[in-house]
Amino acid sequence: MAGIEIRNLRKQFGDLPAVDGVDLSIRDGEFLVLLGSSGSGKTTLLRMIAGLERPTAGEIHIGGERVDGDVPPRARGIAMVFQSYALYPHRTVFQNIAFPLEASRTPRNRIEEKVRWAADMFGITRYLDRYPRQLSGGERQRVALCRALVRDPKVFLLDEPLANLDAKLRNTARDDLKQFQRQIQTTTVYVTHDQVEAMGLGDRIVVMEHGKVRQVGTPQEVYEDPVDTFVATFVGQPPMNLLAPRDASLPPGTLVGFRPEHLLPRSVFGAGEELATFRFAVRRVEYLGSDRYVYGAVAESAAPEATVIAKLPGTIPLTIPEGETHEFAVPRRLLRYFDADTGLRRRP
Amino acid sequence: MTSRRTLADREDVLGGVMLAPALAYVVLLVGVPFFLAIALSFSNATAGSLSFQWTGLGNYAAILGDPIFLRALQNSVVVTVATQVLVIILATAAAQVFRATFRGKRFARFVLLLPWAVPVSLAAIAWTWIFDSTFSVINWSLKATGLLHGWLYWLGDPALALLAIIIVQAWRIFPFATVIVLAGLSSIPQEIIEAAIVDGAGFWRRLFQIELPLLLPVVAVAVLFGVVYTATDLGVVYILTGGGPANTTHVLPTLAFQRGILGADLGQGAAIAVFLLPFLIVVAVAMLRLARRAEVGGAAR
Repeated sequence: MAGIEIRNLRKQFGDLPAVDGVDLSIRDGEFLVLLGSSGSGKTTLLRMIAGLERPTAGEIHIGGERVDGDVPPRARGIAMVFQSYALYPHRTVFQNIAFPLEASRTPRNRIEEKVRWAADMFGITRYLDRYPRQLSGGERQRVALCRALVRDPKVFLLDEPLANLDAKLRNTARDDLKQFQRQIQTTTVYVTHDQVEAMGLGDRIVVMEHGKVRQVGTPQEVYEDPVDTFVATFVGQPPMNLLAPRDASLPPGTLVGFRPEHLLPRSVFGAGEELATFRFAVRRVEYLGSDRYVYGAVAESAAPEATVIAKLPGTIPLTIPEGETHEFAVPRRLLRYFDADTGLRRRP
Repeated sequence: MTSRRTLADREDVLGGVMLAPALAYVVLLVGVPFFLAIALSFSNATAGSLSFQWTGLGNYAAILGDPIFLRALQNSVVVTVATQVLVIILATAAAQVFRATFRGKRFARFVLLLPWAVPVSLAAIAWTWIFDSTFSVINWSLKATGLLHGWLYWLGDPALALLAIIIVQAWRIFPFATVIVLAGLSSIPQEIIEAAIVDGAGFWRRLFQIELPLLLPVVAVAVLFGVVYTATDLGVVYILTGGGPANTTHVLPTLAFQRGILGADLGQGAAIAVFLLPFLIVVAVAMLRLARRAEVGGAAR
């Protein structure tokens, strides 16, 4: 059990800074998700914690011990699950799970005991004699988790472990993973580009872009109080609407942001709510079963052509004909303001 | 629009046409001589005469009672096996070196491949000088470093001469094996190697428990090629020792050549050459099964 301290960590690949001055403090037992698109440096950051990549500068402390520099992966008390699972194809499931124990010269009977314990935990005991190629994607993923678990690591490092599963399986796998982490309470760093995974799994989310940390916070903080326009539009599907309002009461260069699910027909709000109303020219309506996405433009925007999206839950049965203008509104308390130049959040 | 079918449309015919040259080559230059050799081994045919008589197993009886032949058979086995062992060790080590990035890697790789590209006869002549009884650079070097006190007559001593043959054969084949092993290494996913590192495996554990087992099918191919190259090679032994001293370093191809062509006894030469056959078949079958097993990974169990 251990927390991780990362101080001003940098990694340069040639001229390209992959990780550009990251400070991060990961608590003991926390499930931390590194979220970013490809090239954001999230995987490089994880690999530096693992010891597979050597930092150009900065410090990494695991459990109070400084490990950047010459501490090899095996001495860091970490276990890692790779995106491809990286199972050893010529070894049975048992031999795969036993491998880290053999490497640490664990006695034979103890290996047997630990492998069975881990396999039991993930319900793969009956596959122990099979080879990886004889298993389905979900089973392989569980073998990879078992192999990581038997080492009793201080920290779990997971690199997109659900990315290779099909969509149906991913939901169950996500639930299993979270249950498992709650049970063993080991510090976990999880890399993903999938915001649904990030929101669903993370105690806290680290949003990364271009090697820099944009925001660290709980899923709720990141979603409701994004620190800048990048986080505002990166997290959330469809992304947050951003528009430059023609509103004299706001300082110049202010962007107003609101979530699509907060932009609703004026008529659904009660009288007590303080509202910002918009004349919403509906261009197209997408019926998605549980929701409808309404695409259009608002007259209150300085750029009246910019697309604004409203997400109407199925519980609002109003018909919204295409090509007409409707009165829509957002509760004022849900509006977020940003600086148009820096993209940073502004408090009104 | 014409609907006439051209040759290119007729896949049934096209396949046969395209296979024909290769098939003709194999049948005429491999198949016919092969069966001719087997037929001749049961005859008393001689070079320079077209008439011969069938002698049944006479040639086989003669060579099986011949200590020179038995020695050649033993040498063939020893040289082939020892060479492959040496080649696999050298190739695995060289592949590990060439996997790393270093300055001058391209040049080093070019130099590495030279032995394989040099004609056998040319290389063997160079090696006769290296092993020369008077001018041997090996002896000179050993003496200069104080490791050798007497003098080694490399090609004059039967055991040393055999060792010399093994060294040259290994030197000749290991570049090729290195390239094969390198290709095999690069086909191992990087994540598997990294998983092994994270799992705490050091260099040797990674090499013996992860990399080599995964390389097995590829190494088997390298060994198979190596066995065929070594067992059927005539040039190295012929130029290096000529089968000497006193017929102690003959291998099957050199003895077959000496008896069949130089000695004009085609029948006996053919019989000697035929002994290569079961040897190579056993090796080929064993290697292919090994490769298959590694590929299937016990799925049939």
